[in-house]
Amino acid sequence: MDLLHFARGIGLKVALSIFFLGVTWRIVSFALLRIRREYSKPRESVSKYLIGGLIAVGSRSWPHREFIARTGAGEALGYSYHLGLFAVVLLFTPHILFLGSLLGVSWPGLPSSAITIVSVITLTLFLAVLFRRVTNRVMRLLSNFDDYFSWFITMLVMVTGLAATAHIGGPYETLLAVHILSVDILLIWFPFGKLMHAFYIFPSRAINGALLSRKGATS
Amino acid sequence: MNESANKTPALQGNVAGAMKGFAQEIGALSAFRLESCIHCGICADACHYYIATEDPQYTPIWKVEPFKQAYKRESSALAPLYRLFGFKREVTADQLAHWQHLLFDSCNMCGRCSLICPMGIDVAALIEQSRHAMFEAGLAPQELYDKAAHQQLTGQPEVSAEPYRDQLLAIGVRFDVDIPMDRPQADVMLCVPRTDIEQYPSAVAALARVMNNLGVSCTFRSEGLIAENYGYFAGAKDWQRDISLRLIEQTIACGAKTLLLPECGHAYTALRWEAADLYGKALPFRVLSVTEFLADELKAGHLKLGKASQETATFHDPCQLVRKGGVNEAPRELMKAMNVELEELENHGGFSFCCGGGGGVIDIKQAAPLRYRTMEVKLREIDATGAKTLLTSCSDCRRTFDDAQAHFSWDKRPQSLLELVASNLLEAGSTP
Repeated sequence: MDLLHFARGIGLKVALSIFFLGVTWRIVSFALLRIRREYSKPRESVSKYLIGGLIAVGSRSWPHREFIARTGAGEALGYSYHLGLFAVVLLFTPHILFLGSLLGVSWPGLPSSAITIVSVITLTLFLAVLFRRVTNRVMRLLSNFDDYFSWFITMLVMVTGLAATAHIGGPYETLLAVHILSVDILLIWFPFGKLMHAFYIFPSRAINGALLSRKGATS
Repeated sequence: MNESANKTPALQGNVAGAMKGFAQEIGALSAFRLESCIHCGICADACHYYIATEDPQYTPIWKVEPFKQAYKRESSALAPLYRLFGFKREVTADQLAHWQHLLFDSCNMCGRCSLICPMGIDVAALIEQSRHAMFEAGLAPQELYDKAAHQQLTGQPEVSAEPYRDQLLAIGVRFDVDIPMDRPQADVMLCVPRTDIEQYPSAVAALARVMNNLGVSCTFRSEGLIAENYGYFAGAKDWQRDISLRLIEQTIACGAKTLLLPECGHAYTALRWEAADLYGKALPFRVLSVTEFLADELKAGHLKLGKASQETATFHDPCQLVRKGGVNEAPRELMKAMNVELEELENHGGFSFCCGGGGGVIDIKQAAPLRYRTMEVKLREIDATGAKTLLTSCSDCRRTFDDAQAHFSWDKRPQSLLELVASNLLEAGSTP
C-alpha cells in the first residue's frame, strides 16, 4: 500500500472514526453533568427569551457598538480567515467531489485560480493571527499547547493543499498524500482541542443569550 | 498570599477538596461555558480593570483559569487523558492564593465581560461560581468572610451600636415619617441596605415617604431587615441561602405578595434571580426593586411626580440592577416623569462601566488602590457629560462614588433616584 492509498484509505477511515466518536463524546459528556433548574420567575415569556437566544446567535457575530473601537479589528481578522477557510474547504472542486462522495450531494465550486488567490490570502491572515497571538499580551497569557497545535495543524493542511494544487515540492501524488494525511491528523486532533468550538459556538451563543434574555438582561 | 487569606479559617488543606468539589458540582452549563472558550482574550476589552491597567492578568476569563484547570482534570470529557498524561496538574494552594486578588480584589462581578464574548460565554457567571470554590478553599477575603459569617448568624453584617430596628424607627422620628414596622400583615414587605441606615438615612425616609404617599400596605420586619447579602460577595453559597431565607420567611410570615428591594444592586441579584434557586422552589411572592416598582406605579397612574430642578443630570446604571437584572427602562421612565434633563454617559444602560465598588470590592481594604485607579474610567465618563448632578439607584454605588469624592476631591456627589422621587411627590389628585 502506498502513502496515498493509506492516507485516503485506512488512514482516513480511522481519522473519521475518531472524529465522529470524539465529537459525539465531547457533546454527550455535558449531559452526564448536573443540569440546574431555574426557579426564579422569568421577566420575559418563554417565546421571548428563546427569540433572545436566537438573536444572540447572530448579534454575537460582531461586537456591540460600545466595544468596536477596541475589538473590531481583531474580530474582523478572526472572521476573515474563517471565511477564507470555508471558501477553500467548501468551494474547491476536488473538495466538493470528496465531500459529495461522503454526503451524496454536490454543489458548484469556484475556479481553481480563485481558490488559489483565496488560499494565499487566508494563509497570510493565518500568519497574522499567529503573530497577533504571540505579540498580544492577553492572548499570549491565555494561549496553551491547544492553541498553537490547532493553529499548526490547520496551517499544515492549508500549506500542503496549496502545494499539491500548485505542484510545488515534489510529485503530485506525494503532495496529495501528505495533504490528505494532514487532514487525517486534523480530524484526529479535532475532538481533543479547541477546534471543537465549531460545534459549540452557536449553541453557546443561543443558550447564554436565552438565559440573559430570560432576565431581561443585556445580551 | 496576603495576610487576610492567611487568617481565613479552614485554609490550606481545603484547596484540593474545594477544587474537586468545584469540578464535581460544576453542572452542564458551566462546563459548556468553560469548554467553549477559544482564548481570544476579547473579554479583556470589556473589563475596566484591564482597560485601566492594560495588565493581562485582569482578563476576565483568566480569572477562572485554575477552575478551568480543575474541571478539565477532574470531570471533563477528557479528564482521564489529562490525568494519565499529566496535561493538567492539580491546582496548588499557592496558585489559588494568587487568584484571590483576581477573583475578589479585581472583579466587581459586573458582567460587562459577558457582553463581549464572541462565543457568548457568560464569564461573570463562571467568576461567581469560582468565588464559591474560593470560599470553600478558605480563600475569601477576611472582610467579606467576617461580614458574611456575622450576617448569617445575626441577620446583620456587623455589630451596630443600636439594633437596626431601633435605628430605623429613629430615622422615622428624625425625618418625620412613619416607618411601618413589624405589622403582622402587609401587601409589601420592605427591607433596607445597612448602608442606608448608617450612611444614607434620608434614603430610608424616602422609601417610607414614597410608600406612604402611594398608600401601600407595607411593613419592615425586624427579623428580616437587611437587603444586603454578604454571602453572595464572599462566595458562601450556604450562607447566601440562609441570609436570603430570613427575608423569604418574613415575607411569607406577613403574607406579602411582594418583597420590595431598596436601591441595592447586588440584593437584586441575590433575591430576584438567585434566592429561588437556593430555596429550591419558586418563591410564593414577587421580588421587585423599588425602581421598577415605582415605574410600574407611575405607569398605573398611582404615582404622581412634580418637575425636578432644571439642572442637567447623568445616571449611573448599577450593573446588577440594569445590565444583569434587566431594570433598564424603569429609572429612565422615572427621570423623564420628573423632567430630568438626562445626559447619558458614553457607556450607559447595559453597557455602563461599574462604579468599581461592586462585588464587595468596596469593603476589601487591600483592593482600594487598584479600585481607585480603575474607577477613574468611570469618573472621566461622568465628567465628560458636563452634567451637574449624578444620579444612581444603588447605595453601594453611591457609597463608592462618595468615597471617590473624598479620595479624588471630586466635584460631584451622587444622589439617590429614590430620594429625588420622594422629594418630587405630588399628592394624589394633584397635577404635575
